This record gives sequence, structure tokens and C-alpha cells, in this order.
Amino acid sequence: MLALGVVLLWVGVVVALPLAALAALSVADGPLGFVRAVTAPGSLAALGTTLLLSVAVALVNAVLGTVIAWVLVRDSFPGKRFADALIDIPFALPTIVASIVLLALYGPESPAGIHLNNTRAGVLVALAFVTLPFVVRSVQPVLAELELDAEEAAASLGASNWTTLRLIVWPAIRPAVISGTGLAFARAIGEFGSVALIGGNLPGVTQVTSQYIAQRIEVGDPTGAAAVSVTLLVIAFSVLATLRLLARGQRRAVA
Amino acid sequence: MITVTGATKRFGDFLALDDVSLEIPAGSLTALLGPSGSGKSTLLRAMAGLENLDGGSVVIDGVDVTHVPPRRRGIGFVFQHYAAFKHMTVRDNVAFGLTIRKRPRAAIRARVDELLELVGLAGLAERYPDELSGGQRQRMALARALAVEPSVLLLDEPFGALDATVRAELRAWLRRLHDEVHVTTVLVTHDQAEALEVADRVAVIHQGRVQQVDEPLAVYDRPANAFVMGFMGSVARVGDSLVRPHRIALRRPGGAAGVATPPHGDGVVTVPATVERVARLGSETLVELVDEAGQRFVARLPRDEAEALGLARGDSVEASAPRDPATADFIDYSI
Repeated sequence: MLALGVVLLWVGVVVALPLAALAALSVADGPLGFVRAVTAPGSLAALGTTLLLSVAVALVNAVLGTVIAWVLVRDSFPGKRFADALIDIPFALPTIVASIVLLALYGPESPAGIHLNNTRAGVLVALAFVTLPFVVRSVQPVLAELELDAEEAAASLGASNWTTLRLIVWPAIRPAVISGTGLAFARAIGEFGSVALIGGNLPGVTQVTSQYIAQRIEVGDPTGAAAVSVTLLVIAFSVLATLRLLARGQRRAVA
Repeated sequence: MITVTGATKRFGDFLALDDVSLEIPAGSLTALLGPSGSGKSTLLRAMAGLENLDGGSVVIDGVDVTHVPPRRRGIGFVFQHYAAFKHMTVRDNVAFGLTIRKRPRAAIRARVDELLELVGLAGLAERYPDELSGGQRQRMALARALAVEPSVLLLDEPFGALDATVRAELRAWLRRLHDEVHVTTVLVTHDQAEALEVADRVAVIHQGRVQQVDEPLAVYDRPANAFVMGFMGSVARVGDSLVRPHRIALRRPGGAAGVATPPHGDGVVTVPATVERVARLGSETLVELVDEAGQRFVARLPRDEAEALGLARGDSVEASAPRDPATADFIDYSI
């Protein structure tokens, strides 16, 4: 009972209370004010950019993250432990630092001759960097736990590698891939620091919702900022909930 | 028929298979018997193509499959830990090999029903593997392997993860199944009783080499070397003769032997001994003895015979055993 009380108190103070305050603030100008704030052209443009890029980066992560996890679990190569440790760096690095590094690499002074500053591609690269660990770290332990037996059994029954991957491995790792992708998406739509410099904050092109929200606050419209924030939260929450259902849809894939 | 010739396999510094040659006759049920680390599983996996040999060849039914991947070898493989496809029902598990071969749906259904009937899982087709007991899961795995009508069936310690009762049941069941299906079968086991009960040929493997290949009882009665003798069952040293404990006859000094197990062959060794302990195991009685030289050995008597003798700790007896020419060479063998 005590433990439950502590948990409720903690979740209440840290999560629920701020969210409630945010929700209250967002409708301070009434429901109509809320709708007006969210449907303002700048807001819609930023939301569009954010969702488009977040979906793209989540899909890129779903594929590459799974491949990276596979290589880290199944292959052995010199420097594997180092590569494995490297995956967590985006979690540890302040995202604004990532933005500086990306700007230096792919900005106007790019030593590689690649200029991604003020482009959506630049934002995409920044988001890909910060969300890389999510899929890798969700899929990796599931792959490691996977019994090789089942794959060998499939091979002995006549399955090609591709068939084994599709019918035996994929159903087992699917929930982990989905949940990792969901987390990457949720992180991407809220991302601020890493896109700040490389994106250039161009309204209608590279301005993402978090930047739009910051702008609303700067111009003295906290209620509008809260309304757009709540919208972002609702989107993130529905996507996570949907993916969770999707992952559970297939019966006990990793029972 | 499977013919393995000069099979060699290394794992780093460890020589798992050392120039192994072995023939598995068509239609036989051959046991690869050996202690853990002997190379028996590696040999089986090499037959399946799950392990690539460093040297040597594997020929199945006249086709050299040494460099053929497992999926094209026409084998069925059963793993110790079932290797069930956990996200599929029992039916889909068994159907797997046929489904990926794109057989007509109705044909698959009929074949799977037939197999589930054969392995006694007819009512459980729509269950998931984690709703089955270990024994049922292994029977499902067998049905799955048999579904593709393999030319050989390879079983890697198939009963190793099961408890004693289920294991005994499944052994007998496997023997009956083999009598029905007649597919060439290789069974890997470390349990000599299992090999003796189920197989019609036993290959004893130790340190990556085949020590002896023979009929089950022949391996027990006429071991090729000291290792096989010790591995196949307990050994007693009576005087200078090494024998199986059931071949020792006991009698009270001057008295008649119990029910006669008359020693025969090239002479008989008889030593005086003292009873140390009597252990009644149900149908048999173990009598632990020590001879005048302080050498300990165990005699295994039928219970009636032991009761007729009425032995107790401290009694003096005469122990007789046949002098076995087959094992005379193993006299350095330490028990």
C-alpha cells in the first residue's frame, strides 16, 4: 500500500499535475480559442512538417534499427562492443550539441560538401540521430533471447533464409520493432534541440511544432502555445496506444 | 542410408569430431551414444547440415550432401528443447514444411490430421505450444519433422528435457512409431538405458571418435574397450576378472549357490568376500562386497535369490564370476 501511495504521489506530481495545468491553460480562451490557436496557418504548417518528418524518421528507424540490432546480436566483428556502446550516445549527448555537430558537418561549411542546413533533409538527419537508439534497444534483447533452434528447425523443414526470417523471426520481434518505432516517433514529434540550428526554423519549411510553440511563448501567447502542445500530446498518445494494440494484436508473439 | 566418411570438425582448439566414419543402415534406428562433449551431437548436426564439416563427407541415400544446405537434404530434425514455433498453433507447426512447399490446402489439412493422430495429439490441433506439456511438445516436433516425409529422421537428445516417467513413456512410443514408419532414424543420447531400449544399433562415441558400433546387447556384453565397458553400465572386478554385476553368483562358504546363475565360459574366478551393505531396489538387490585384498565390488542379484541367501552386513560369502576373455584386456581399467 505504501509503495502504491508513493507511486501515485510521484506520478501525480511529476506527470499528471503538469499535464493537467497544461490542459487547463490550453483552454483558457475557451474551446474556440483552442481551435483558433491550433488551426492558425503557422501551427498547421508546423504540425504538418513535424508529422511528415516524424513518420519518415520512424520508418527509417524501424528498418535500420532492426538491421543494426540484428548485426549487433548475430554477427561478431572487431569493435562490436564499441559499436554497441556508441548506440546510446544520442541518449547522453545534449541535443543542441548534436545540432552544432550536424551543422558543422552538413552545414554551409560542410567539409563533405553536403549542405543540409535550412532543409527538411537536415531536420530528418537530426531526428534520425536522436531517435536511433529506440528501435535498436527494443529489438536487441528480444533477438538475443530468440532460440536459434526454431530457425534451424525451419531450415531443416525446407525454409530458405528469407522464409525463416519472414515466418519465424519476424513474428517474434515484431512487437519490439513496433514499440521501438512508436517511441522513436513520439520522441521525434517533441524534438527541439537537435533541429534548432540545422533546421533554421523556417516557417512552413523546416519549422517543427516544438519551435512553433517556443515562438508562441516568445510573442507572449502562452495559451496558444499550450493548445498546440496539447494537440501534440494527444497525437503522441494516440499513436503509442494504437501501436501498442497493434503489437498485441497477434497473439503472444513472444510468449 | 547415411554414410559418414572421415568427418572432422574443430571448434577452436577443441576437436569435436576426429576422422569419424559411420554407416547408418536404411530403415534402422541407430543411437549415437556418448557422454556430453563426446561429439555425438556435432556428428548428428553434421548429418543435418546444421554444422559444416572441416573435412570428410556425408552421403544420404547415395547423394553426397556434404555441401548441401539443411533445407535441401530431405531430413527431419528434432531438438532437445522442442524448437516449437511459439506463435503458431500445433496445426500450423506441423503443417509448416508443407505450407512453405505450397501444397494444396486440403492435402495439408489431411496430412496434418493423420500425423496428429499418429503422435496422439489429435484433439490439440488448435492449441499453442505453451499450452502443451513437454512430452506433447516433443511429439508435435516429431510430427512436424515427419510431415515432409524426410528420408532420414535425426533426433538430438529428444527426451533430454523431460522427466523420468514421460521419458520412459516416449521411448517406448518412439520404438513403436519407428516400427510403424520405418524411416531411417538416428537418435543422439547420453543415456545408455535409452540406447539399449530403443535402438537396434548403437554407436558409442567418445572424444570425437566412434568407439564401437554394434547391436545394443553386444555393446553391453562385448565392449570393444574399457571406455565402452564402463560407459555401458556398472562393472565389478572379481579377482582378476571384470564382469557386469549381474553375472556374479554368491554363495555361503561350503553351501550351495543361491538360485544358480551358473558361471560358464573359459573358467570361473571365485573369491571369498565380506558383505558390506545390502540395498534392495525392488526387483533387484545390490550387494556391496569387499574381498580379502580390500577390493570393493557390487553384485546384482534377483530379489528372490538374494532373499534365499538371506545376506546381512558382515556375512562371509564366496563370489564367483566367469572369466570373460572379451574384457581380459581391460584389466587396468579402474572402476
